[in-house]
Amino acid sequence: MKQFDAIVVGGGIVGAACAEALAHVGGTVRLLERGHIAGGATAAGMGHVLVLDDSDAQLALTRIGRSLWTERWSHLPPAVERDACGTIWVAADEAELEAASRRATAYAAHGIEAELLDAEALYGHEPRLRRGLAGGLRIPGDRVLYPPTATRHLLDRAVAAGAVILERTPVQRAGNGHVDLADGNRFEADLVVIAAGLATPMLVDVPGLVIRPKKGHLSITARCPGLLRHQLIELGYLTSAHGDEAASVAFNLQPRATGQILIGSSRQLDDNEPHVDQGIVARMLARATEYLPALGNVPIVRTWTGFRPATPDHLPVIGPVPGAPRLWLAAGHEGFGIATALGTARLLVDQWLDRQPTIDPRPFRVERLSATHRATACVPRGAPECAAVPDQDSPPSPFAA
Amino acid sequence: MREVRCDVLVVGAGPAGLAAAAAAAEGGQSVIVLDENPHLGGQIWRPQAAEANQPSRSVSPRAAAAPPSAHAHRRAHAWHQRAQKRGVIFETGMTLFDAPRTDHLLAVDAAGQASAFSAQQVILATGAAERFLPFPGWTLPGVMGVGGLQAMVKGGMAVRGKRILLAGTGPLLLAVAAFLLDHGAHVVGIAEQASRAAVRRFGTSLWRHPNKLVQAARLFTRLRAVPLLHDAWPTQAEGFGRVEQVRVAAGDRCQEFDVDLLACAFGLVPRTELARLMGCATQSHIDGEIVAVDRWQRTTVATVWCAGEPTGIGGVDLAVAEGLVAGYAASGAFKRAGRAARRRDRARAFAERLDRAYALRPALRALPTDATVVCRCEDVTWQAIRAQPTIRQAKLQTRCGMGPCQGRICGPALAFLTRATPAAPGTATQTTTRPTAATTSSHAAGPSTGWTGDRVRPPLVPVAVNVLIGAGQAPLANHQPSPAPSRHQEISL
Ligand SMILES: Cc1cc2nc3c(=O)[nH]c(=O)nc-3n(C[C@H](O)[C@H](O)[C@H](O)COP(=O)(O)OP(=O)(O)OC[C@H]3O[C@@H](n4cnc5c(N)ncnc54)[C@H](O)[C@@H]3O)c2cc1C
Ligand SMILES: Cc1cc2nc3c(=O)[nH]c(=O)nc-3n(C[C@H](O)[C@H](O)[C@H](O)COP(=O)(O)OP(=O)(O)OC[C@H]3O[C@@H](n4cnc5c(N)ncnc54)[C@H](O)[C@@H]3O)c2cc1C
Repeated sequence: MKQFDAIVVGGGIVGAACAEALAHVGGTVRLLERGHIAGGATAAGMGHVLVLDDSDAQLALTRIGRSLWTERWSHLPPAVERDACGTIWVAADEAELEAASRRATAYAAHGIEAELLDAEALYGHEPRLRRGLAGGLRIPGDRVLYPPTATRHLLDRAVAAGAVILERTPVQRAGNGHVDLADGNRFEADLVVIAAGLATPMLVDVPGLVIRPKKGHLSITARCPGLLRHQLIELGYLTSAHGDEAASVAFNLQPRATGQILIGSSRQLDDNEPHVDQGIVARMLARATEYLPALGNVPIVRTWTGFRPATPDHLPVIGPVPGAPRLWLAAGHEGFGIATALGTARLLVDQWLDRQPTIDPRPFRVERLSATHRATACVPRGAPECAAVPDQDSPPSPFAA
Repeated sequence: MREVRCDVLVVGAGPAGLAAAAAAAEGGQSVIVLDENPHLGGQIWRPQAAEANQPSRSVSPRAAAAPPSAHAHRRAHAWHQRAQKRGVIFETGMTLFDAPRTDHLLAVDAAGQASAFSAQQVILATGAAERFLPFPGWTLPGVMGVGGLQAMVKGGMAVRGKRILLAGTGPLLLAVAAFLLDHGAHVVGIAEQASRAAVRRFGTSLWRHPNKLVQAARLFTRLRAVPLLHDAWPTQAEGFGRVEQVRVAAGDRCQEFDVDLLACAFGLVPRTELARLMGCATQSHIDGEIVAVDRWQRTTVATVWCAGEPTGIGGVDLAVAEGLVAGYAASGAFKRAGRAARRRDRARAFAERLDRAYALRPALRALPTDATVVCRCEDVTWQAIRAQPTIRQAKLQTRCGMGPCQGRICGPALAFLTRATPAAPGTATQTTTRPTAATTSSHAAGPSTGWTGDRVRPPLVPVAVNVLIGAGQAPLANHQPSPAPSRHQEISL
C-alpha cells in the first residue's frame, strides 16, 4: 500500500468517511474538527439513505453511496439504529402515479429495485395513510440510520486503522498540502481534504465556490410505535426540494428504531438564523397530517433546524482544487450527504490513488463552479478521465430539474 | 386559536408570580397570570386536594383559576385577593410551550386548546425543580422526589403508617418530614448530606432572622423523634419490584433502613428553560445556571423580567420580594420597586448562607456506578455518558436527555456529576492534543461549561401535532416578525 500523510478538515459524516477510507488505503490520517465530531449538519439531518435522481450525477452518487452502506449494513453497531425500512414515494393523484411509473422505469435501467404500487398495495403497506391516494413507488433498498453515531462508527474504524482525531481544533486557512490552525500552528501533509460543510469556502481560495445554507426544520414525536413502516415521502418532494420560492415544505416521515417518528421537512434559502419558525413548523406538520391524519394527536417533544450545505447546481464538490494538487474538497452535499458520504470517500480515494473511478468524477469537479477557471484548469494529479461515462448512455431522468 | 392581550404577562403563580402580578396591577397595568398547575400558589402555597374547593381542571380555555379557598394557605389567599382587587386575571392549567417572540407567547390548556398571549412586558416566575442524583436503585418504584411526594400527598395520596426515609439536602427535608408526620406517616429517618458543623453554623446565623428561627425551633420540636443523620446519603436502594431497603452511608458507617418509600431531593434547580428560549442570558451559580437580572429584576431582554427561583434559589421570602420588585419596575413604579429591593437584598443574604451550608459535597459525584441509569427516559447508563466530552455530545451519541422530559431530570444531575474541579490558572486548554473518546478508551468528562445549558428548543413540554399546527397558523397580528435577539448562535439540535 502506498504511504502518505493526509489531513482531513471537518468531523461531519463526510470528513469521517474520507478519514476512514484514507486510513484504510495506507494514509497516516489526522482529522481536525473545530468543535466536536458530528456537531454540524450531520447532527441535524434525517439519516435517510436513499437513491435520488434529480440529475444523472446525483443518481450515480446516491446509488453507489447506498450500495456501500448496504455492503456493511450488518456490521454496523446497534447505536447506529439501522433500519432497512425502504422508502415509499406516495402519489396523491394519477399524475403523480404517472411520474412514479416513469421513475420506476428509469430505476430499473440502473438496476435499482423499485415497485410501483396501486392504491390497494399502498394501503397494504401503510394502512394509516389517508384514503384517496393514488398509489406509490416502493424502493425496498433504501434505509435509515442515525447520522451522529454512524459518524462516530466511521471514526472509530479510522482510529483503529491509525488515524488521529483532534477535536476543538479550528483550521483558519488551507493551502496546497498544508493547513494553518487558529492557534498559529501549521500542519503539512501530502493530501489535505476540506470536508468542512458550509464553512468550506471560507478556508480555501477557489473562485466561484459558493455553498449556501438551505435551512430545514424537523420535529420528533414521542414514542408511538406502529404508525408507519417505511420512510414516506410525497412525490411532489423533488419539485419542492429545489424550488426557489422562499420557503417550501414537504411531507417526509421517518420511523425511528426508538418507535418515534421524525417529521420533515422544510427548505428555506438564505435564512442563516437557526431559530425555529413557528409558522413553517405549522405548515410542515399540517402537510404531514394531511397524509397521515393519526399523527395529529401524537405529541412533539422537540423541533430543531439545520442547514444543508448547497452548491448552485445541487451537486457536491469532490476533487482537487485547480492549481493545488494537494488540496482537495469534499463538501456541499445538500440534503443527501448521509446517503453519499461513503460514495464521496470512494470517489475521492479512487482519484487520489489513480484508480479507475467507479463513477464519472467530472460532474463533481471543483472547476465546474467557476467558468473563468475552467479555461485554465490543469488536469490535476489523480483525476484521470473516466473510461465509462454512465451519464451519457443512461436514459435522461424524468425528474431532471 | 384564542388570542389574548395584556400589558403584563406573568408566567407562574407561585409566591414570586403572585407578588409580581399584584405589584404590576397596582402600578396600573392590565395583568394576566398563567400557571400550568390547576391551582394557584406554586410549590409551597398550593392547596391540598381537600381544601381546593373548585379545581379549575375545566375544559374551557377561558377557565378562570379557582381562588385559593379560605382553608388554603393564607398568604396565597391574601396575595390572590390583593391581585384580584386590581383586576388581575388568572389562567391556570395553562402551560406555556413556546415564545416565538418575546412579546408573543403560546400556551396550551389541559384540554389541548392553545392560546396566544401578546404582552408588552413579560415577568417569568417559573420557580424551581428538584435535583435528583442517580445512585443504584434510584429508578425503583417507591423512590421519588421530596417535593413530588409532598405534591402527591396534597393531591390525596395516603401515607398513614408508611415507612418513609428522606434523603438529600436542605431545610426542605425537614419541612416535608414534618408535613408527612402530620399526615400520619412513619418517618424512619432523614439523611442530610451536609455536615453537622455546616448546618450548625447556618443555624446560629438565623438570629438575624427571628421569624425563621422560630420556624426552625418549631420544626425541630416536631421532628424530635425522627433520627436525623448528617454527612449521610443513600448509596443503594433495593427491593423486589419496588424499594424495600435503603443503604445509607453516614460518616464512616453504613446503615440500612426498611422502607415503603424513599424521597430524595439534592437541592433545587432554577427552571430557566423559558427564559433561555426567550433569549435571556444566564450565568453560572452555585445553584446551577441562573437567569441574569439587574437590580430591577430585568433580564438581558429589555421587556422580560424574572423573579423567584430562576434567578437563584432563595426561598419564599426572597421570591415574594423579587416578585414585588419586578412587578413594580415592569409598570414603571421605580420608587416602590426600590423599597421592595431593600427587602429583597436582606432575603438574598439569607439565601446565600443557605446555599453555602447545603452545598453538595464532591463525594456525591461517586454515587452512580457504571451500570446506574442516569437518563430514565432513554435508559442511558453512567458508563455511556461519562465517555462523552459535553452534554451535546452525550445527547447525540447516547440519546441521553432526548426523551419526553428533554433532560429536565438528568440535565441538572449531569451538570453536577461532571463539574470539574476548576483548573488552576495557567493550565490553558490544549486545543490540539485533546484525544477523543475514539482514541482513548475512557477519559474524564470535559469542563462543566460543556455540561450545562444545552440549547432549549420548542416545544418546552410535549405538545400534540394538531396544537402546534393551530398555534403556528394563527397570524401574528400587527407585529414585525423579528426573532428574539441573541437567542441562537449556532446550528444545533
Ligand atoms: C433538515 C435536514 C435533513 C436532512 N436529511 C438528510 C437525509 O435524510 N439524508 C441525507 O443523506 N442527508 C440529509 N441531510 C443532509 C446531511 O445532513 C448533510 O448533507 C451532511 O450532514 C453534510 O455532512 P458534512 O460532513 O459535509 O457537513 P457537517 O456535518 O456540517 O460537517 C462539517 C464539519 O466541519 C467542521 N468545521 C467547519 N469549519 C471548520 C474549521 N475551520 N476547522 C475545523 N473544522 C471545521 C464543522 O464543525 C463540522 O463538524 C439533511 C440535512 C438537513 C439540514
Ligand atoms: C418540589 C418543591 C418542593 C418545595 N417545598 C418547599 C417547602 O415545603 N417549603 C419551602 O419553604 N419551600 C419549598 N420549596 C421552595 C419553594 O417552592 C420556593 O421557595 C418558592 O415557592 C419560590 O417561589 P417561586 O414563585 O419562585 O416558584 P414556584 O412556587 O415554584 O412557582 C412557579 C410556578 O410557575 C409555574 N410554571 C413554571 N413553568 C411554567 C410554564 N412553562 N407554563 C406555566 N406555568 C409554569 C409552576 O407551575 C409554578 O406554579 C419547594 C420547591 C420545590 C421545587
